[in-house]
Amino acid sequence: MDFEIGRTLDARGLSCPMPAVKTALAFEEMSIGEVIEVLTDDPVSKKDLPVWAEATGNKLLGIKEEEKTIKIYLRKA
Amino acid sequence: MSDVKNKGSVTIVLFSGEMDKAIAAFVIATAAASMAMQVNIFFTFWGLKAIRKEGGLIKGQNWMQKMLNVMNYGHAKKLALSKLNMMGMGPMMLKTMMSQKRVPSLHEFIKTAHSLGVKFYPCEMSMTVMGLKKEDFIDECGEIIGAVSYLAKAKDSNINLFI
Repeated sequence: MDFEIGRTLDARGLSCPMPAVKTALAFEEMSIGEVIEVLTDDPVSKKDLPVWAEATGNKLLGIKEEEKTIKIYLRKA
Repeated sequence: MSDVKNKGSVTIVLFSGEMDKAIAAFVIATAAASMAMQVNIFFTFWGLKAIRKEGGLIKGQNWMQKMLNVMNYGHAKKLALSKLNMMGMGPMMLKTMMSQKRVPSLHEFIKTAHSLGVKFYPCEMSMTVMGLKKEDFIDECGEIIGAVSYLAKAKDSNINLFI
């Protein structure tokens, strides 16, 4: 990975739409250019968070899956 | 959300007073707010129950309003289901099933929506018909508005839903 993770949001156990809601709340506190790692086990988030990033004008850096945990990396634009 | 960029807006009319339908409205409202969209919910008729304060069974000025409010009593934590209500067993089971899957309750959704800047507008005409006052509603409620003000918001919204 060629980016530094600024913070991690553990949204595991939460279901739609809460991972997006929690991500949005975290973004309010983040500075521009900061990268967040969102941990989720909600399969919907794998599709929804990239759409969320596009809709809000932020950048999706990548998605990694480790067993049940999905790690989604987003950069605040 | 505080984002000033125009991400569009959603206006929802919540006409129904059932828990399942109110939750559907709040799932959409909170998701839209997370996308930095401006969200308005216009609570009308039975939908007003979702934002009623707990307690205060007898409300209204005349016997018909009082009877209606006693029979129609409910708030975010006490609403029936539109299907499979089973004399109140349905909502109880659904609440358990939802909390097992960590879906927020309606009460939690209302708090989250409010903190994301979702605007709640009770309908003035329904309140007058039912004999309800501003103090009968939760503090998260914004301005009490009429049909014209609702339409002015709906006209400028990209997404309009009637639930």
